[in-house]
Amino acid sequence: MRRKRSHEPVFWSLFGAGGVVVAFILPAMVVASGLAIPLGFLSVDQLSYDRIHEFSRTWYGGVFLFFTISLSFWHGLHRIYLSLHDLGVHHYRQFYRWLCYGLAMTGTVFTAFFLFLS
Amino acid sequence: MSSRKTYVRPMKGWWLKNPFYVRYMIRESTSVFVTLYAAILLSGLICLSRGEDAWQLWISVMNHPLFIVFHFLALAACLYHAVTWFKVAPKVAPNFYIGSRRVPDMTITLIQYIIAVVCYFLLYWIIWRF
Amino acid sequence: MTNMPLDNQKTIQFEVMRYKPGLDDAPTIENFSIPFTDDMSVLQGLQYIKDHLDGSLSFRWSCRMAICGSCGMMINNEPALSCQSFIRDYYPGKIRVEALQHFPVEKDLVIDASDFVGKLESIKPYIVPKEERSLEEGEYLQTPRQRDEYEQFSSCINCMLCYAACPQYGLDNQFTGPGVLALLHRYNADSRDGAKEERMEIVNAEEGVWGCTLVGYCSEVCPKGVDPANAVNQNKINSTMDYFLHFLKPGKGKK
Repeated sequence: MRRKRSHEPVFWSLFGAGGVVVAFILPAMVVASGLAIPLGFLSVDQLSYDRIHEFSRTWYGGVFLFFTISLSFWHGLHRIYLSLHDLGVHHYRQFYRWLCYGLAMTGTVFTAFFLFLS
Repeated sequence: MSSRKTYVRPMKGWWLKNPFYVRYMIRESTSVFVTLYAAILLSGLICLSRGEDAWQLWISVMNHPLFIVFHFLALAACLYHAVTWFKVAPKVAPNFYIGSRRVPDMTITLIQYIIAVVCYFLLYWIIWRF
Repeated sequence: MTNMPLDNQKTIQFEVMRYKPGLDDAPTIENFSIPFTDDMSVLQGLQYIKDHLDGSLSFRWSCRMAICGSCGMMINNEPALSCQSFIRDYYPGKIRVEALQHFPVEKDLVIDASDFVGKLESIKPYIVPKEERSLEEGEYLQTPRQRDEYEQFSSCINCMLCYAACPQYGLDNQFTGPGVLALLHRYNADSRDGAKEERMEIVNAEEGVWGCTLVGYCSEVCPKGVDPANAVNQNKINSTMDYFLHFLKPGKGKK
């Protein structure tokens, strides 16, 4: 009996890479963007426009931000899609699949645009 | 004579019935915070590209109490993701051998913790000093 | 178990799932008071019920020593072998015994295992020689390392506790499931076997390894330490490599 090959490896690879990003990079980013200033670890100057803008314009800064944001989208949305099934959503699965991965793709495209093309 | 009539039990509310499943669902739910945070970072990127005023606005919004609360929750979510990810990673990797001895799962988990702590400090240091 | 008419006889409450096909609309719970000693298993408690209290109680069992895989059931909502679960560990609480989760209930604690059996048959659970081998060539040789690659997965006793544990199987029984995929891996990882490519077809399918979301409960409940979660998820990597590599092999099995 010929079974159909699943395309899941594509999304799972993105999910896995995203999972590494979320585990190793995101905690530091969350602290930096929202907790470090109120708690006094960082001054407002260290997150000044000039510094951050300059960082995002370097090739390594751009690559870092691109993969951090984009892979986090792929990771989160893949898991959300699978969780819908766990929560008992059994209808319109293709719709939700397109929605979730479509949002991830949109996030990726926007990130690339604002980092590299504007 | 009795006839055969199998009974299929419903799956409704399955994950509420066992603490193991509850922890699994909590783990999966971290993805909501991850996605929202990625969107927040993207919004920061957009503000960054629109100039200093937009960027300062984004920074001040990040310091709004509501967003500080969100950041705490997002941090908890990312850390819970990390802890569960490190625990489960050895199950995804093929079994490693040093010579003829098998590397235990716990070793792989611990190595990830060490790398994570190094990464957090490295990233923080870069932000501090760049 | 012999009757023990002692004044200090301990008893424990069993809450047992009952279901009579054709007579009941749905399963119910029946309570029994079981006198017990500290060496008794839950299975022996059920046997006491059948021998002394209600002979119509139906349940599977055989070896009484956790090797045949027959007596899997839900004990206080956790998949377990009843011969390996001891009454003393639950006392003084109650013991709720229900049929193995995620399988259709035939009667009382007996489930319909045909789906599992069909899946097991589909993976070719035997060594398919790589090439013809005559008796004169002697036995296969394996290094300890080669045996280590599959030995853990060969411990599976087909008890189906992992299926009771796996919510993905419960939500969609098209999923091949932890035990069968672990056995599939057992053969793929065996250096003597030559049928890996055929079995990969099952692995690569949506209902193969991709039905798994790494809940991990299967490995928690396995009485033999098979670690099916490891077998399944290792094969996600194999399947991914296979997926990207098959684009580079033109004409090799269009799928």
